[in-house]
Amino acid sequence: MDKAPVSFRINGKTWSGSVHPLKRLLDTIREDVGLTGTKEGCGEGECGACTVLLDGSPVMSCLVPTCQAEGKEVTTIEGLVRDGELHPMQDCFIQEGGAQCGICTPGMIMAAVAYANDPDSAEDMREALAGNLCRCTGYTRIYEAVRCAMEKMGDSGRSGKKDEGSRKKKAGAT
Amino acid sequence: MRTYLPEFDVVSPRTLDEALRVLSQNPPPTPLAGGTDLMVLMNAGQLKPGAYLNLHSISDLHRPIEEAGKEIVFSALTTYSEARRHPLVRRCLPMLGIAAREIGALQIQSRGTWAGNIVNASPAADGVPALMAYDTRVELASHSGTRTVNLCDFYLGYKKTVRRPDELITAIRISIPADRRIEYYRKVGTRKFQAISKVLLAGVIVLEGRRVEKIRLVFASVMPFTYRARQTESILQGRDIDSGLIAEALDVLKQELNPIDDIRSTARYRLGVAARLFEEFLQKARMK
Amino acid sequence: MPQVSSPPTFQWIGRNPPRKESIDKVTGRALYIDDLKFEGVLYGKTIRSAVPRGILKNISFLPGVPWGEFTIVTAKDIPGKNIVSLIELDQPFLVEREIKHAAEPIALIAHPDKGLVEKAMNFVKIDVDELPAILTIDESLSGKNIQWGTDNIFKTFHIRRGDPDSIWSKADVVVEGEYWTGAQEQLYIEPQGVVAVASREKGVTVWGSMQCPFYVQKGLKPLFDLPEDKVRVIYTVTGGGFGGKEEYPTLPAAHAALLSWKAGGQPVKIIYDRIEDMWATTKRHPCRTRIKSAFSRDGKLAALKIDATMDGGAYATLSAVVLSRGTLHSFGPYKCEHAVIDTRAVFTNSPPYGAFRGFGAPQTIFAIEQHMDRAARTLGIEPDELRLKNILRKGDAMPTGQIMKEDPGVDGVLKKALDESNYLEKRRAYREHNHADSRVKKGVGFALFFHGAGFTGSGEVFLDSKAGVELTAEGGVRILSANTEIGQGSFTTHSQIVAEELGISYEMVEVATPDTAVVPNSGPTVASRTCMVVGEILRKAAADLREVLVKSGHLPGGRHTPEEFRRAALRYRETQGELKVFSKYQPPSGIHWDDKTYTGEAYGAYAWACYVSDVEIDMTTCQVEVLDFVAVQEVGRVIHPVIAKGQIEGGVAQAIGWALYENVVLHQGVMQNIQLTNYILPTTADTPPIRVFFHEHPYPNGPYGAKGLGELPMDGPAPAIAAAVAFAIDRNIASIPILPETIFEATNG
Repeated sequence: MDKAPVSFRINGKTWSGSVHPLKRLLDTIREDVGLTGTKEGCGEGECGACTVLLDGSPVMSCLVPTCQAEGKEVTTIEGLVRDGELHPMQDCFIQEGGAQCGICTPGMIMAAVAYANDPDSAEDMREALAGNLCRCTGYTRIYEAVRCAMEKMGDSGRSGKKDEGSRKKKAGAT
Repeated sequence: MRTYLPEFDVVSPRTLDEALRVLSQNPPPTPLAGGTDLMVLMNAGQLKPGAYLNLHSISDLHRPIEEAGKEIVFSALTTYSEARRHPLVRRCLPMLGIAAREIGALQIQSRGTWAGNIVNASPAADGVPALMAYDTRVELASHSGTRTVNLCDFYLGYKKTVRRPDELITAIRISIPADRRIEYYRKVGTRKFQAISKVLLAGVIVLEGRRVEKIRLVFASVMPFTYRARQTESILQGRDIDSGLIAEALDVLKQELNPIDDIRSTARYRLGVAARLFEEFLQKARMK
Repeated sequence: MPQVSSPPTFQWIGRNPPRKESIDKVTGRALYIDDLKFEGVLYGKTIRSAVPRGILKNISFLPGVPWGEFTIVTAKDIPGKNIVSLIELDQPFLVEREIKHAAEPIALIAHPDKGLVEKAMNFVKIDVDELPAILTIDESLSGKNIQWGTDNIFKTFHIRRGDPDSIWSKADVVVEGEYWTGAQEQLYIEPQGVVAVASREKGVTVWGSMQCPFYVQKGLKPLFDLPEDKVRVIYTVTGGGFGGKEEYPTLPAAHAALLSWKAGGQPVKIIYDRIEDMWATTKRHPCRTRIKSAFSRDGKLAALKIDATMDGGAYATLSAVVLSRGTLHSFGPYKCEHAVIDTRAVFTNSPPYGAFRGFGAPQTIFAIEQHMDRAARTLGIEPDELRLKNILRKGDAMPTGQIMKEDPGVDGVLKKALDESNYLEKRRAYREHNHADSRVKKGVGFALFFHGAGFTGSGEVFLDSKAGVELTAEGGVRILSANTEIGQGSFTTHSQIVAEELGISYEMVEVATPDTAVVPNSGPTVASRTCMVVGEILRKAAADLREVLVKSGHLPGGRHTPEEFRRAALRYRETQGELKVFSKYQPPSGIHWDDKTYTGEAYGAYAWACYVSDVEIDMTTCQVEVLDFVAVQEVGRVIHPVIAKGQIEGGVAQAIGWALYENVVLHQGVMQNIQLTNYILPTTADTPPIRVFFHEHPYPNGPYGAKGLGELPMDGPAPAIAAAVAFAIDRNIASIPILPETIFEATNG
């Protein structure tokens, strides 16, 4: 078969088009919607570079057939900037050096935002980001960035406490 | 992506009836749930061209987790995340929460389904052993009717199951286990998270005093399919647990399991570690 | 915040301005090669050999796809020379007759439909008469199947100092060991990718993910028989390199350009997927090192004999220089008056091994450090005490004869690392613990090492690098350098250096895209040279630019504000036009190197470091967890503490992967576990807190005292972790990766 109509919301706007139902959501976002901030690192759901939010939950967009995004809300890295203002997670990634080569960064930030929005989704930050491989940072700068953002975002509730342990451990150590 | 999409057909039915009707055609399409297995194959160019059945368009297949009598019931599209966060599952079926957490990244947990884990029939499945260690029944529906099979009887060989190509899992019924049970779930993977298991043991034991009243030992990644170690179970069944019995059971287990060497690990390691996990589980039970 | 003290006189050095490209990277606006749109683009794919060796008989294009719509290239379509220009001229871009390794490129196809190209790959049939292959170092050296030169040896090095053979018989203790380090995949998260537009009329233009645009240019000129000004190579934002995008990108660039040439100048994009990238591209050289050493009973190193062999794969590529660096780091920071070092890189029918962070040094450093621990165990001396008895101090000589003109401060680095990690106390406590507990074993271990920054020996003189700065239309300054930003922060640190030198704000400095048509050749982005060597060239260029402004009366001598500079620059441009100032590499005085005898100053500057690893092993599963990691290094001057720390932390994580997880499984000479489900990278959950400490001891020939630092973190972790594991299980560790299966076998023997 060839293409079929599909419609979903992306970064707050409705998008309708015609794509093959099994086309990876990643490719639909990059090629058809035209947003190239979402990256491909492995194409097998291992590296997390293609992470986007689907109805608020983080997913590997290389593993989502476009037909399963029908009627859903997709958020990509391009959707974080509101009225020209960076999301606190983006601000903190800059400030703390969380982005080096930058190719994992959009996916990493989306996973981090999902966790900051819903700290109950994982036991701690390490678990929340375990699906996002970074080959540059050794993750430490990324933790600093996520902590910084969760503080800025405020009311991080138990999550703030949850990740305090590792912060203390680190602070005590350095 | 190494696949030429025009060679793939996708049907997105609205209702279960429609889906079952489509499945009764020859050849039947392959059901596609969360995509966390099939899309990996597609990316690598290993997914067979043909027809696929998109289950996500069928709202009947996505019901909330519910309690029905002495069972907790998952629907066809219940994901790992849903189970992990469900209070009933957390309280009554804690191994499922651990299994969900170990299955892969949050991005995988939010898409992958328990039914998909069962049907995909990977020898390294993380969810199936936990389901099997609890007594779980699988509801299979087809155009000609519905039947229920024990998950323990689901697998026939490597990637071979009792599911007919025209059948769809419509429910997973997990018995709420006895309160006084001892559970064990341990996955040994290539790293901490987001790993394929090299050895996995899920077990449940119910003791009456020292006597083993009930035991379930389920291994992944040591046999060609998720494997319930019935021989070893039968040695333990009905006997008092002590170090002598544990030693005896270990010998039986080492005979019963026949792991392989592959790209991820060695047969010797798998057998050795499987035995250690088993021993750790029984010692935990003995100390109780 | 990293612990770095900078004199308050610095405006930008030692501070943490936001990275130049970070806004683009956190918003998704940064355009990597696969994000660029080209009208009428064709998607290219590479048909590769399935066998390690054979004679190519026929390529057939089977029915099933509309071949008439495809652009197809084989070796006979090549307009110029079918040879990759690197050190030796032995590697073709496309096989003509003899296949030398699995995954070797044979033919190229392109089509506007990406999916159809993928399908077409299955309709190309390659007929080959297979020939016997060489798959191991021993097979290569057996002399039975000679495929390169007269002996299958790409390169050998020999270092001689004193006469070890006169020592063995009278030595108190002789310790021997053999060590093995496996291949490692760079695993940049952005795979290799290029776009090319090529035609006889317009020449060749290539955009791509790469470390060294001028390497690609050098490779393409003879391929198309074009002059330099007809081959333009433009860097695009690059998602990691680690050496993997040093020499390799020339191949996909050439392939895309050949397809475009054949297609009449239509743009051709080649993006490898992860599977192809892992299967076909370069990896770290596997290395076997044998060490024989003589010690006095009290632990003085009396003689050393090191014999190292690296597997170079099927073509010479960069193996000679990788081996050179491995050779020059093989003896560790120890004094030894009788040392003989023999090394070689050999041919096998594997895809060529290539550049990877550390460039041969991590392999031999692993060996010497494990050997020192083995010696300590044999002698019954604590590893730290054994090191202290033998480390290089002022006036001591390396086996190359390089004299330590001042004290390198190795004692201090060692002491700091042991203190910060609480090493001695842990050592004692873990020994007790391990005695009492058989289920969890604990260990702590360290590695002491150095890394020479910049090209080896006379390499920098041959490179003759040139870089510059120019005034912008806004009255700021633009950096003109070929050095690429691959995540290591070069655009930022270079901007800091220039801003500091000119007394202007960091925001007034911008960096030109490394584009061979725009920037001078400031040498490759490799070998920890970008900050130290190119940074210093830029500093001098900036100083010269200021001098021009001062001499022409536009700027007062002495101090000025950034605003005064801006006005001066604008006035200069109005009256005099553009101003570009270039500077060239000047070798530091007193550096002499003899390539024939391998003696002299191999490197102008060394960075010194001690890394300590704390591990726990679950003896049920034999899995190792790194609990804590301390990295102490002396690096001259820290330009940007956040970037510097990030370099160390990231390198440590990458090296933890090499030490514990990353196992390249070879079959028929080529990697089998070519998906990320099977090639295991450390995730957040497997990476410990990494505690980084810098010692600053400014190096007079680096910009504001800076030396290279990016490769150090690849050197130290594997030997430190191996030492900790060895301590925990009370056995020598001789090879990496240390997989649970290895420990299982070692402890159940």
